[in-house]
Amino acid sequence: MAIEARSPPSQFVFRLRRALGGRAGWNGVVFQILFVAALAWLAFEIVENARANLAAQRITSGFGFLTNNAGFDVSQALISYSGSDSYLRVFFVGLLNTLVVAVVGIFFATILGFMVALGRLSPNWLLSRIAGGYVELIRNLPPLFQILFWYKAVLSALPNPRQSYSFFDWFFLSNRGLVIPKAVGSAGLYPFLVAVAVAVVAAFLLRRHARKELFDKGRKVTIWPYVLGVLVGLPLMAMLIFGTPCTLEFPALRGFNFAGGSRVIPEFVALTLALSTYTAAFIAEIVRAGIMSVHKGQMEAGSSLGLSRGQTLRLIVVPQAMRVILPPLTNQYLNLTKNSSLAVAIGYPDLVSVFAGTALSQTGQAIEIISITMGVYLLISLITSAIMSLYGWRLDRSMSR
Amino acid sequence: MKRVSLVLTLAAAALSAQAATAQTLKTIKDRGLLSCGVSQGLPGFSSPDDKGNWTGLDVDICRAIAAAVFNDPSKIKFVPLSAKDRFTALQSGEIDVLSRNTTWTISRDTSLGANFTGVTYYDGQGFLVKKSLKVKSALELNSASVCVQTGTTTEQNLADYFKGNNMKYEVIAFAGADETVKAYESGRCDVYTTDASGLYAQRLKLANPNDHEILPEIISKEPLGPMVRHGDDQWFDIVKWTLFAMLNAEEMGVTQKNVDEMAKSDKPDLKRLLGSDGNLGEQLGLTKDWVIRIVKQVGNYGESFDRNVGAGSKLLISRGLNNLWNKGGIQYAPPIR
Repeated sequence: MAIEARSPPSQFVFRLRRALGGRAGWNGVVFQILFVAALAWLAFEIVENARANLAAQRITSGFGFLTNNAGFDVSQALISYSGSDSYLRVFFVGLLNTLVVAVVGIFFATILGFMVALGRLSPNWLLSRIAGGYVELIRNLPPLFQILFWYKAVLSALPNPRQSYSFFDWFFLSNRGLVIPKAVGSAGLYPFLVAVAVAVVAAFLLRRHARKELFDKGRKVTIWPYVLGVLVGLPLMAMLIFGTPCTLEFPALRGFNFAGGSRVIPEFVALTLALSTYTAAFIAEIVRAGIMSVHKGQMEAGSSLGLSRGQTLRLIVVPQAMRVILPPLTNQYLNLTKNSSLAVAIGYPDLVSVFAGTALSQTGQAIEIISITMGVYLLISLITSAIMSLYGWRLDRSMSR
Repeated sequence: MKRVSLVLTLAAAALSAQAATAQTLKTIKDRGLLSCGVSQGLPGFSSPDDKGNWTGLDVDICRAIAAAVFNDPSKIKFVPLSAKDRFTALQSGEIDVLSRNTTWTISRDTSLGANFTGVTYYDGQGFLVKKSLKVKSALELNSASVCVQTGTTTEQNLADYFKGNNMKYEVIAFAGADETVKAYESGRCDVYTTDASGLYAQRLKLANPNDHEILPEIISKEPLGPMVRHGDDQWFDIVKWTLFAMLNAEEMGVTQKNVDEMAKSDKPDLKRLLGSDGNLGEQLGLTKDWVIRIVKQVGNYGESFDRNVGAGSKLLISRGLNNLWNKGGIQYAPPIR
C-alpha cells in the first residue's frame, strides 16, 4: 500500500479542536476530574432518589424477585423450563431465544447479502437488475411490517396439523411449525463425538502442513483425499465399534398437535426470515461498496500474475474489501440483534417479550427489569463488536505479513 | 416506543420527589382533565367507536368520576394501555386511575404501590374453541395450542390449570388482545383463553362468531376493578365511592330518567344519597350533588351494565354474579350514611 504524507489539519479542524477545549493543561485536568465527579454524583442521586420514592410509595424494589416462581409457560425454551421455575430461568430462556434468532439471522443475512452484492456487480443485466430491485424494495419497507407480513404469509399458507404436509412421514409442515425427528443420544454418542473432534483437528493439522509446504518450499501438496478419509473414516469406525451414536424419535400426530420430535415454531421462522432478508439488503450494499472501493488495478495485477478470476477475487480483492466492509457490517449485525426485539409483535418469546414483558408485568418491577434488559443488550452488542474487531485485527495482520 | 416513553416517565417520576402523592384531586382540577387508563379496545368494557368516543363499563367508571369532579363526563383523556404496560403507567403518574378490566389479586394490591378500589365486574377465565374441533370440555384440551395475552393473570391460571390436570399444552403469548385473537382465528392456536366476558366480546370480532363456542368451564375467580396509586387516600375514597354510589343508586331505584324527581323525595336514604341532607359529598372533597351528577350523566350501575355488556348490548351477558345482592348476585355496596 502506498504511504501518503499526512497533511496538517485544516483551519476548520484546528478551530474546532480549540473550541472544544484544546489539549488539556493543568486547569483542564482539574475541570475534567470535577466534571466526572459531578456526573457520578448525579447518577448516585438519581438511583438514591428513585429508591427512596419507590420505598415511600411501597412499590417493591430490589432483585429478590428473580428467585420467585414465574408461574407462566413459554412456547420455545432451549433449556428445560416449566411454569414452576424462577424468573431468573425465564430470563435465560428469553436471552437464549434472542441469541438464537440473532445468530441464525446473522448467518443467513450474511450469505444472502454477499450473494445479492455479487449479483448486483455481475455483468449479467437481468441478474444485476433483480439484485438491485431486491435491495430497493426490501430496505425501504419497515422491518416490523416485514415481520408481520412473513408471519401472516407463513400462517395462512400452511394447513392445520391434521392436514399437514408430510415428507416421508419424517418431516411435517403445518401452521404449528416444522416438526422433525429428534436425535436422542444412545450408547455410542460420546465415542462418536470424540471421533468427530479428533477428525476435525487432524484435518486442520493437514491443512496447516500443506500451507507450510506451499509457502516454505513452494510445493503444492494434495491433501483433500486424506482430509475426506479422516473426516468420514474416523466417525464411521467409532460407529462400527461402539454402536450408533443416536436413535431418532419420530413425531406423530396425537390430539391437537404432534408429539415427539423437535419443532421449529412459525414465529421463529417468520422472525428470522424477515430479519435476514431485511438486513441482507443493507449488507449487500455494504459489500458492493467494499468491493468497488478496491482499485481495478488490483484485479489487473492479479491476472498479470497468472491468477484466475476467482483466485484474484478470493486472494486479492475480497481481503482488501473486507477492511472497508467490516465496520459497517458490524453495525448491521448489531441492528439485526436489536431488531429481534420486534418479536413481541408476533408472540415469539424473546428477551423483551418474556422478561421485559410478562415478567415485568407480573412483578411490576419496571426499573430493575428494564435495567437488566438494557444491560444485556449492551453486553451482546459489545461482544459482537469485540468479535468483529478481533476478526478485523487478524485480517489486518495477515495482510501486512 | 410505548415502553420507552413509560420508562422515561417513570424516571421523571423518580426524579421529581413526592410529585405524585396526596394532590391528585387538585392536580386533576388544575389540569381540567381526568387521565384514565383503559384497554386498547375490548368491546363492552372499553373501546372507541369510529368517531373516537370511548364506551364501556370500565369507561363509565371514569365518566362517573369526571361527572362527579367536573360535572362533565367528557373531560377525560383516555390512555389505551396493553396489559403489560398498565401498572407502569399508573405508577409513573401518566394516568390518575386505571380502569382496565384488571383482576384484583394480593400481589398486585401489595407490591405495585397501588390499590384496588372495588369490583366493577365479577369475572372468571374461560376457553373459546372452534365448534369444528368438537371439544365439549376444557379437560379435553390435552396437547392443544393456546393463544393468550401476555402479562395477565390469565397466563398464570392457564399454567396452573393444565399442570393441575396433568395436561400438556403450547402457549403462544401476544402483547395485544387483537393480535391474540387474530392468531387464534388464523389457526395458529386451537384455543383462545381470557376472562369469560372478554371471550364474549372478542367473539364478536371474529369473521363468523357462530363457528366458535365458549366451553362451560370457568377456571378462576377474576374480580375486575379500578386501581389508584398509593399515597392519596382522598382520591382512593373518591374512586371507591363513585362505584358504590352507582350501586346504591341502582339499589334504591334511582335512574338516569327519574333522578331529578327522586331528588325531591322526602325519603331519608334518598335525601342522603342525592345530597339534600348532610354534607357527605363535601367530605369526599366533591359537591353535595355528586351522586345526582353521576346518575344523570352516566346512569346507575345496572343501567351501565345493560347498556355496555348486558341485554341492551351486543354481548348479551346475563347479570349473574354481577346482580345486586338482593337480586341473587354478589354486588353489594356499603351504605351511603
